[in-house]
Amino acid sequence: MSAPRTLLDKLWDSHAILTRDDGASLLWIDRHFVHEGSFHAFGMLDHAHRPVHRPDLTVGVADHYVPSHARTRPIADPEVAGMVAQLQANTVRHGIRLFGLDDARQGIVHVAGPEQGLTLPGLTIVCGDSHTSTHGAFGALGFGIGASEVAHVLATQTLWQRRPRNLRVVLNGALGVHVAAKDLILAIIARLGAGGAVGHVIEYAGTAIRALEMEARMTVCNMSIEAGARAGMVAPDDTTFQWLAGRPFAPADFDAAIAAWRTLPSDAEARFDREVTLDAAAIAPTVTWGTSPETAVPVTASVPDPAAEPDAARRARIGEQLDYMGLTPGTKLDGLTVDRVFIGSCTNARLPDLRAAAAVLRGRRAAVPGLVVPGSVPVKRAAEAEGLDRIFRDAGLIWGEPGCSMCVGTNGDTVPRGERCAATSNRNFQGRQGPGARTHLMSPAMAAAAAVRGAITDVRRLMP
Amino acid sequence: MTPFTTLTAPVAVLDRANIDTDQIIPARFLRKPRSAGYGQFLFADLGLTLPRDAAILVAGENFGCGSSREGAVYALIDAGISCVIAPSFGDIFAGNAAQNGLLTVALALAGLADGTVLTIDLPAEVVRLPDGTARSFTIDAFRKQRLLAGRDDIDLTLSHAAAIAAFVRQDRTARPWAGVTG
Ligand code: SF4
Repeated sequence: MSAPRTLLDKLWDSHAILTRDDGASLLWIDRHFVHEGSFHAFGMLDHAHRPVHRPDLTVGVADHYVPSHARTRPIADPEVAGMVAQLQANTVRHGIRLFGLDDARQGIVHVAGPEQGLTLPGLTIVCGDSHTSTHGAFGALGFGIGASEVAHVLATQTLWQRRPRNLRVVLNGALGVHVAAKDLILAIIARLGAGGAVGHVIEYAGTAIRALEMEARMTVCNMSIEAGARAGMVAPDDTTFQWLAGRPFAPADFDAAIAAWRTLPSDAEARFDREVTLDAAAIAPTVTWGTSPETAVPVTASVPDPAAEPDAARRARIGEQLDYMGLTPGTKLDGLTVDRVFIGSCTNARLPDLRAAAAVLRGRRAAVPGLVVPGSVPVKRAAEAEGLDRIFRDAGLIWGEPGCSMCVGTNGDTVPRGERCAATSNRNFQGRQGPGARTHLMSPAMAAAAAVRGAITDVRRLMP
Repeated sequence: MTPFTTLTAPVAVLDRANIDTDQIIPARFLRKPRSAGYGQFLFADLGLTLPRDAAILVAGENFGCGSSREGAVYALIDAGISCVIAPSFGDIFAGNAAQNGLLTVALALAGLADGTVLTIDLPAEVVRLPDGTARSFTIDAFRKQRLLAGRDDIDLTLSHAAAIAAFVRQDRTARPWAGVTG
């Protein structure tokens, strides 16, 4: 009998082509997503006159630089237009399938991949983007890589990696009303710290995780990297299989695939290097106050006072963040004025996210400007079929075209310097949404509540 | 890429935790070709310029957390940095650094001033301080070899072509559902 193994162990063992004495394994890669930013890697490949080894396992998606406003006109900024055109040229030249600007499947890579059924349990999935951890929601091993590694995967369909450690995060109990997957993952990051899971792959388990629908599991796995983890995973179950059934790229013999996927979950006796347990019922709607996702606190809390921090280095760090964010210690977060809202990104731009935001905005007006950007063309169409776009527009928000948009601002959608933005994205880093921009991370329902009041608001008060 | 063996150079100190890749290089510069020289974008929004002769950066914990942008490594290298010393690093950043010949040394070195001259001895895995003391560090053996040799992995991997082909053959039977259909 073989020793009990974790989900990660099983994925690793089934993909390790060889392992050297020094511990480095050569892993087979099942799916490789490329986007506009992958141009450095294509350049390296071309420079060395190397072909793409498995174009059939490589998929291009335009997301980081696509405009979120009308797609009928050409992109105004020539550098931005060049990024989108370059992806097109590189994928065409190498015979790679592309969900380009005008494709009905286009979207943020971490929304479009799963949606098309390209993301499956038991696969290794990489992309030159740290939020590739999203795909772990299906019981895949998905992780972000840099440009040199992208070039390596393009050339060989493999990657040298050292086996990460296993960290299990168990969420017992049930989430409260208006408490979402975003609140859950923010609470986990606050608990682990921004570097708390470095060197680990997190497996999320427990009743609260099992109860989550696939989109919510993606939200959780998406932000694993914000705790420093290489990847996040949820063992596949019937929820996973039902979600994947009938997707365009789902396996032809789906039943045989399910039978194989049922063997993936961690064995009951499997040993984890670390384990952390949280009570889901104790999690409140959560927001960040600082410039790292680890500064997540319940919306009922106040801005921390550095004077209360005994450790000098940490005190200084709190002070710097308060400076950048323009905050005074002791200010209640509930009621803190915001200048705009952004609802979108690979964390929170799927249909259930848009529904949650629309439920708060229905029949209400936004007090501040805001941008709602669906995660993909299919999400956009489905939302419009339900009339969600009307709710957002009637509230005074802009309904955009699918892409990364104001999450990172590379397409030109940025938050002006000094403005405070309630955002459903995943990073509140200094300058992330534009130079001098101040980002508060929260769930879609919380961002919608912030839009209505023009201030951070406990959505539970707005939605009895 | 240039092989890394030993380096004696002055340090620049950036004593802050969680310096993420958005701070190392803001996203708006990532569309620039490498030939533009990424050094000019380093810490662009932090309003920081490194002492001109610094080749070693000493930083706080979790340096390089955040996005996978390899531009963060290009910016450091193009600004003349060959080694970053920090208590810990973002995983992807550390991987990218090794791919490009930038050494990351996981070590807490408190109380250094800008301009302190350190010697990094990669073969011996030690950092020598001006007072004659030395601090040892450990580095992944595979990464160390790559840095010492100054080569990329693709040739090494291609030398395993037979093993890869054998893997693919058995994998087709073991996981017939894993390909891209449609
Ligand atoms: S939405 Fe934001 S975090 Fe997600 S892939 Fe795009 S830029 Fe990265």
